Amino acid sequence: MRSFTYERANSPAEAAAAAARKQGAKFIAGGTNLLDLMKLEIETPAHLIDVNRLGLDRIEPTADGGLRVGALVRNTDLAAHERVRRDYGVLSRALLAGASGQLRNKATTAGNMLQRTRCPYFYDTNQPCNKRQPGSGCSAIGGFSRQHAVIGASEACIATHPSDMAVAMRALDATVETIQPDGAARKIPIAEFHRLPGSTPEVETSLAPGELITAVTLPKPVGGKQIYRKVRDRASYAFALVSVAAIVQRDGSGCVALGGVAHKPWRVEAAEVELPRGAKAVTAKLLTDAKPTHENAFKLLLAERTLGAVLAEARG
Amino acid sequence: MKFETPATTNPIDQLKIIGKPADRIDGPFKTTGTAPYAYERHDNIANPACGYVVGSAIAKGRIASMDLTAAKTASGVLAIVTADNAGKLAKGNFNFATLLGGPEIEHYHQAIALVVAETFEQARAAAQLVRVDYVKAEGAFDLAAVKDSGKPARITGGPADTAVGDFAGAFAVAPVQLDATYTTPDHAHAMMEPHASMAAWDGDKLIVWTSNQMIDWSVGELAKTLGMPKDKVRLISPFIGGGFGGKLWVRADALLAALGARAAGRPVKVALTRPMMFNNTVHRPATIQRIRIGATRDGKITAIGHEGWSGNLPGGKPEAAVQATRLLYAGANRMTATRLAVLDLPEGNAMRAPGEAPGMMALEIAIDEMAEKLGLDPIEFRILNDTQVDPEKPERAYSHRPLIACMGLGANRFDWSKRNPAPGRVRDGRWLVGIGMAAAFRNNPVMKSAARVRLDNRGVVVVETDMTDIGTGTYTIIAQTAAEMMGLPLDKIIVRLGDSTFPVSAGSGGQWGANSSTSGVYAACVKLREAVAQKLGFNSTEVDFADGQVRSGNRSVPLAQAAGESGIVAEDVMEFGDLGKKYQQSTFGAHFVEVGVDAATAEVRIRRMLAVCAAGRILNPKSARSQVIGAMTMGAGAALMEELAVDKRAGFFVNHDLAGYEVPVHADIPHQDVIFLDETDPMSSPMKAKGVGELGICGVGAAIANAIYNATGVRVRDYPITLDKLLARLPEVA
Ligand SMILES: Cc1cc2nc3c(=O)[nH]c(=O)nc-3n(C[C@H](O)[C@H](O)[C@H](O)COP(=O)(O)OP(=O)(O)OC[C@H]3O[C@@H](n4cnc5c(N)ncnc54)[C@H](O)[C@@H]3O)c2cc1C
Ligand code: SF4
Repeated sequence: MRSFTYERANSPAEAAAAAARKQGAKFIAGGTNLLDLMKLEIETPAHLIDVNRLGLDRIEPTADGGLRVGALVRNTDLAAHERVRRDYGVLSRALLAGASGQLRNKATTAGNMLQRTRCPYFYDTNQPCNKRQPGSGCSAIGGFSRQHAVIGASEACIATHPSDMAVAMRALDATVETIQPDGAARKIPIAEFHRLPGSTPEVETSLAPGELITAVTLPKPVGGKQIYRKVRDRASYAFALVSVAAIVQRDGSGCVALGGVAHKPWRVEAAEVELPRGAKAVTAKLLTDAKPTHENAFKLLLAERTLGAVLAEARG
Repeated sequence: MKFETPATTNPIDQLKIIGKPADRIDGPFKTTGTAPYAYERHDNIANPACGYVVGSAIAKGRIASMDLTAAKTASGVLAIVTADNAGKLAKGNFNFATLLGGPEIEHYHQAIALVVAETFEQARAAAQLVRVDYVKAEGAFDLAAVKDSGKPARITGGPADTAVGDFAGAFAVAPVQLDATYTTPDHAHAMMEPHASMAAWDGDKLIVWTSNQMIDWSVGELAKTLGMPKDKVRLISPFIGGGFGGKLWVRADALLAALGARAAGRPVKVALTRPMMFNNTVHRPATIQRIRIGATRDGKITAIGHEGWSGNLPGGKPEAAVQATRLLYAGANRMTATRLAVLDLPEGNAMRAPGEAPGMMALEIAIDEMAEKLGLDPIEFRILNDTQVDPEKPERAYSHRPLIACMGLGANRFDWSKRNPAPGRVRDGRWLVGIGMAAAFRNNPVMKSAARVRLDNRGVVVVETDMTDIGTGTYTIIAQTAAEMMGLPLDKIIVRLGDSTFPVSAGSGGQWGANSSTSGVYAACVKLREAVAQKLGFNSTEVDFADGQVRSGNRSVPLAQAAGESGIVAEDVMEFGDLGKKYQQSTFGAHFVEVGVDAATAEVRIRRMLAVCAAGRILNPKSARSQVIGAMTMGAGAALMEELAVDKRAGFFVNHDLAGYEVPVHADIPHQDVIFLDETDPMSSPMKAKGVGELGICGVGAAIANAIYNATGVRVRDYPITLDKLLARLPEVA
């Protein structure tokens, strides 16, 4: 771990301004991802700005009947919130499928959204990795890639985004609210928030330098059966091989996002028109351009069959 | 004392304390955080410096240059140890690669430097400033690719190859045949406590608090490596947070702590970080196993052959996967072969039930497959081919072999008769349900073991032996042994373990620990009883030790009084004669497992498990049960998820942390039952006990695999049985 300086910001605007001012600054929320990465010198911030006490830890109704989730709301609190459990069941279920109780007590909404990949080569600083060290190469291509992306990947990087929460947020059409270093607020639709790796896998979101997430808002509830199904090698405390977040309406329409398959929560709205015709039809469109490695090709079938089980559960 | 003839009645048979489910003596210390582990021996060394290990970034080649400039001047740094400045170091007898590499690199994360600083954080930060240029060399990292270059290699207790009768001929004409190949991947011990040591020099004497299973071996190894006389090295290892074989040997932490302390001129502590453990230390090597079985139509095995391939660093040992096949089933024509190829992966070595654990994972699927081909119930098939003698050397009988009884009792308790033998037929909601079983088998080695016992004037007996308790319950069973022998309650026994100044014990390995070390304590107690009797002028054959008293005829003296002011000390060593050669001594069991396989996703979830074990006298049913359920859990990990993923280009285990190397969590482990047959084996020792710690892992993986087959009709022969290996072969679902 490198030495760093530390400050506790007094307001969101001040935090964003400080982040832009200080070279190599990073925000720290729960620290459950950032600190691990700092110990391994995968992240080497020179300055940490603690955003824990900015009053961003509230969950409030919005004027249009939705919900505004503060960036610092802990995963545990969000999953247990009465309105989330009633109106956004897929989100509550996704959160509870992630990490462990202890981690969720610490992990925040913004931090979860911004957690970095679990590609094992990213974690080993001896190995080439374009995401960690741009231009050094991608060890996962041609290497151990069972966990990796099957779609939307590039020749520079085939990592997945590991978050469960973000997959549910994507299915719910959430919006990320931010404040920029100049004090201006911005709203980023979740579809535009996470990026595909392209030739710059180190750039993972559309946040500008210094931009602070203040909240994630959920639109007015859409009802339907809300299911989150996470498939993994062990029963708990593991990242998804494939996960499915689905909201299915009585008439069979709905929306679906997949986790574990791409560099971001994977949703193709055009595929959802196929929902009444079943999982095969949906995944055929959802994963049209899939390019799996030979170690993770099973994810295509797994996604289809998991979605099939989810749709059956929604019907039943 | 020498154990040369079968045990007769002795004080242990009273079973007043032995055989009772006494709570673990070390339990309260561990649960309250007061059991001191090696890295936290601040009771001895108030302010040790901290060492951080730098591991090699390449798997094979050499260090061209190492730049320590930045690291040396980093804040808090006291010393940096490398092969350049460490002085001459020898290689230990048990190490295949050197513990401090450079300039030659033998495997990934081989230690190449130790940075010593005032604090852990400073040492870590400085370690990250060490700059190394390497020249990479080609290495062999893919077992399947190099398997055919494998050479015959001896296995523990036997030659590389064995042959009886005419295997090839008998197999060729057998009306029912199986010829299948199975694979098991590399496994990590992944114990809770990482390798850790704290070292201090006192002149030319070295003392190391460490976490080690085999104190005497390791004193010798450390002395040899450092070029010191053995009597100048002291190891202390009273509490060990798990080992599973990974701590049988001296590893880099101990050597580097010693070298770091010498370089820094003050005590140093070193713990391996979790990501270092997987490639820096040892692992259970992967295997490829071919099994051929031929049988008559009515199910008698006529030919059985097992070939096992594994790889290791030059000079390394093979994984003896064929071991159980030499002994477990009858069959007139047989062969086994063990081949070892050179691999430049980290050092392969013993992990819980080496040989039998991966061997039984394969053999017991093969037996299930064969039973199916024959249309026989798998238990019936095993009964048909039971043997009461060593099938390679029929003149050697088993000392005691109740395998059939284990299977019968288990079948009964598990409702085996309700199992549908046709695969893929039982459905419970989203789950395809299946039941499987496998035999469990593990040999029962014994090792010479010594102890010292001291009776004092409080009527307390202190037992000292360099035996270790690796979480197995050794403190407790040793106390139970001394209490039974001396007629004292458990709270009058103090047990001190894991110090090389104590008499040399069997140590913890190969499931020999419990039986051998308590036998050593038994021997010492026999001597103590004699000494007490003699001091009181009693005829030692007619003395009774009970209720804190020693009685002879109508005289009765409290032990405290007998001890007198000076106390009485006795020491002895239990040595084992050739009963183990004359008779085949093994432990047996039967595993039963029910699994559910998700009909859509192929996720496997275990629903219930039962192990029935025959392992001689059970010294403490509570700690023995813990051993078996722990082993069943580890076996479930091996069956379903554990695999060190090899990067065959760069030559290392990629998933080198506990996020990547998955071991079972609570949610994976359902109801577990363990039943011990009520038995003794007088051929084994005066304790009439055997090992259980490894028996429990042998066969459980295959029982799970067989249950998965019963649930789905999909036979997977490559472990771990992850869902990707089942998915495409499951029936379509809506
Ligand atoms: C063992 C383990 C298992 C896990 N398993 C799962 C799992 O199964 N599923 C899953 O989804 N997750 C899992 N996680 C990840 C966990 O959810 C994340 O670590 C956590 O959500 C991160 O939140 P945090 O508040 O601790 O983030 P931090 O570590 O504090 O920050 C993460 C990143 O977000 C940035 N950041 C934080 N707040 C803001 C803000 N307001 N604005 C802009 N940037 C910000 C930080 O600068 C940093 O780059 C696991 C983690 C661990 C350690
Ligand atoms: S997949 Fe991405 S994160 Fe993994 S090694 Fe390649 S570039 Fe790095």
